[in-house]
Amino acid sequence: MSSTTYTPVALPAVQPVRAGVNIAARSAADGASRSGVWVAIFAITMSFAAFTSALFVREGAAVDWTHLVLPPILYANTMVLLLGSATLMAAGHAVNAHALLESHAVKTVMGWLIATLALGLLFIAGQYEAWRQLAAQGLFLSTNPNSSFFYVFTGMHILHLLGGIAALVYLVGQLVGSHTTFRRAAFHNTAIYCHFMGALWLYLLFVLRTKV
Amino acid sequence: MQEASPAQVHVPPTSFLRKHVFSLDHKVIGLQYYGLALAAVTLGMVLSWLMRFHLVWPNAAIPGLNFISKAGAPGGIITPEYYLSLLTMHGTLMVFFVLTNAPFAAFGNYFLPIQIGAEDMAFPRFNMMSFWTTLAAFLVLITAFFIPDGPPISGWTAYAPLSAIGSDAGPGLGWGQTLWAVSIALFCAGSLLGALNFISTTLDLRAKGMTFMRMPICTWAWFITSCIALLAFAVLLPACLLLILDRTAGTSFFIPSGLVVSDRLQPHAGGSPLLWQHLFWFFGHPEVYIAILPSMGIVSHVLMASMRKPLLSAKVIIYSMLSIGFLSWMVWGHHMFVSGMNPFSSLVFSFPTLTITIPATIMTLIWLGSLYGANIRMTAAALFALGFISMFVSGGVSGFFLAQPSIDIYLHATYFVVGHFHMVMGVASIFGVFAGTYFWFGKMTGRMLNETLGKVHFWITFIGTYCIFMPFHYLGLVGNVRRYSTFVDDFMGPLMPLHKFITIAALITGGGQLIFLFNLFHSRFWGKSAPQNPWDGTSLEWSVPSPPPWNNFGDVHPVVYHDSYQYGVRGSKGDYVMQDSPEQVVGG
Repeated sequence: MSSTTYTPVALPAVQPVRAGVNIAARSAADGASRSGVWVAIFAITMSFAAFTSALFVREGAAVDWTHLVLPPILYANTMVLLLGSATLMAAGHAVNAHALLESHAVKTVMGWLIATLALGLLFIAGQYEAWRQLAAQGLFLSTNPNSSFFYVFTGMHILHLLGGIAALVYLVGQLVGSHTTFRRAAFHNTAIYCHFMGALWLYLLFVLRTKV
Repeated sequence: MQEASPAQVHVPPTSFLRKHVFSLDHKVIGLQYYGLALAAVTLGMVLSWLMRFHLVWPNAAIPGLNFISKAGAPGGIITPEYYLSLLTMHGTLMVFFVLTNAPFAAFGNYFLPIQIGAEDMAFPRFNMMSFWTTLAAFLVLITAFFIPDGPPISGWTAYAPLSAIGSDAGPGLGWGQTLWAVSIALFCAGSLLGALNFISTTLDLRAKGMTFMRMPICTWAWFITSCIALLAFAVLLPACLLLILDRTAGTSFFIPSGLVVSDRLQPHAGGSPLLWQHLFWFFGHPEVYIAILPSMGIVSHVLMASMRKPLLSAKVIIYSMLSIGFLSWMVWGHHMFVSGMNPFSSLVFSFPTLTITIPATIMTLIWLGSLYGANIRMTAAALFALGFISMFVSGGVSGFFLAQPSIDIYLHATYFVVGHFHMVMGVASIFGVFAGTYFWFGKMTGRMLNETLGKVHFWITFIGTYCIFMPFHYLGLVGNVRRYSTFVDDFMGPLMPLHKFITIAALITGGGQLIFLFNLFHSRFWGKSAPQNPWDGTSLEWSVPSPPPWNNFGDVHPVVYHDSYQYGVRGSKGDYVMQDSPEQVVGG
């Protein structure tokens, strides 16, 4: 046995681990979901950083690097996605304004959510149209490195966007069912993710515009 | 402070499927990961036996092997290509499905929520998906054994362009390599879900009073590891997707122009094989710490309970693990000193590689310094914890050599490197897993492992692994190249007696693991009943029954009053005070 004089200090009173301003409204699980969304965003950022660095290295190694003329519909799609962010913000405003989501507020929130969902789906349809336009020019996934990266970037973005679409469908489902169980945190987490998808697309468009 | 919340309180599982198969309970998922790791390590070890056997008796037939692969082992004799297939599968199984699954996913899943006082992981459904995705990855991988093409021959690192061009490049590089890439992509997805859970759970579901600095060191290790895993697998996944596209969709991310393989000009142009290496090792080096950090945490945890006193500084151990986690992102290029990368880059990567030895050395000194004067309880778990330190130091020292590009150029393709990483990453990490198993088996199953068998298992494994891997360093220094399937007819002939010694040691050491397996299965059913706190531990897992109920703490929400290592102090229970004990502690 060690003859240590190690003296631990017992807390006089237990302190809360986290002190949030609206702690009564947020449960630990809501906090974990919020962390989960940010952690997921962190991982997705890392993945796209990997794709981007692959693009830079591939460009540096290439003798076959050309430039694509981006289909103009991409800019229209960008506006659609930004509009989706705006409608989601409007939904957020309605969610925050009504503490218990009274029935008249539910309709407002639902309206904005469905608008967001529709714009998200319209964006995906628009991206599909961009692919068709490129394919019509004879530019497919394997045609050249530029077209490869174009399809990979846009495809991976849509794949991640589908996560946001699924979350929006879930929220609408919650409102259609019993809106008393509507979790404000679920809405805000979905909003964070969807806004991030918009920001990610702006970044990808910039990379595609300047590099591909 | 947060009380129980709707998402945390889940109903007790009732059906057999929900209880044991598609369970949402982190403890069952932890056991499932452990079982998967056990299956993978058994298969991986058998593969290493086959390789070692073939190396020293190249003309001897291995009965039954021709039934698994007619082309790879005609008449039971392994072809050079099939040797590479075995090598690839051994590495892939061990690194991904054993060294990542056992110390991190298995023990982390089981004990992280309990140690922070949570009822379950933050996202139990994601947690279940994480395991089943990993199991699917395992099944996809081993399918490669049973297809006509056979398993890939490109090594666990799957270097492009060999791995990217398809069946022209050799056996196993058609469907076998595609299965490998799909398997690893699935594994990445599963690991990302797991890491997401670990991080969110640690950040938000800690019990009252469980501040960050009061978390046990192994909780810290799993937390840091999950942060590393989140970023590392987020890079490997895109790399695998690009590899799959090169293989199946005709793209040229990794395949250069004008490549002629098997007398055929490959229909690709402009790709960069180095790009694969960068992406792979950007994951690959942090992966080394994904394998070792949890074992460092487990060993610290076990040592303190065995020494009956805290480490000299638990805080410094935590800061060292954080430093290692941070530095792990700056050293991937030291795997690429001979890749044709710019030599100046080698210098840049060499410096942080040598720097990373500083926190590793600090940790070792803290472990050793803490042992000084300790009246250690020499349990099987403690023996394996001490064995971990021994392996970590012995394997780590050779890292000093390899971190220097000028020395690495000579040693890179030799057995020196094989000896280095097997000791410091493989065996050391596995010793951590053994320490954890002997320490926590009672908690996980309600039955204690047999201590005598555990000690016999330790000495066979400890002496055996030294006999296997220390000579590898000598072989490397005298120029014995790695990845060759036979050495008989060339200048390495004189080294054959040493190879024979290694093979015999490997067979005996591997056989010694049967003692462990027997102990595991026998004790599971017929072992002594495990008390709640058999080792007089202080952390929260010892405050719940063995095994814990489905919701860990029953209807009680634990409250934490102390840091996790109140050993060597006077308390009502003797020389320790548990984390959730409100008693005031006065120095003893």
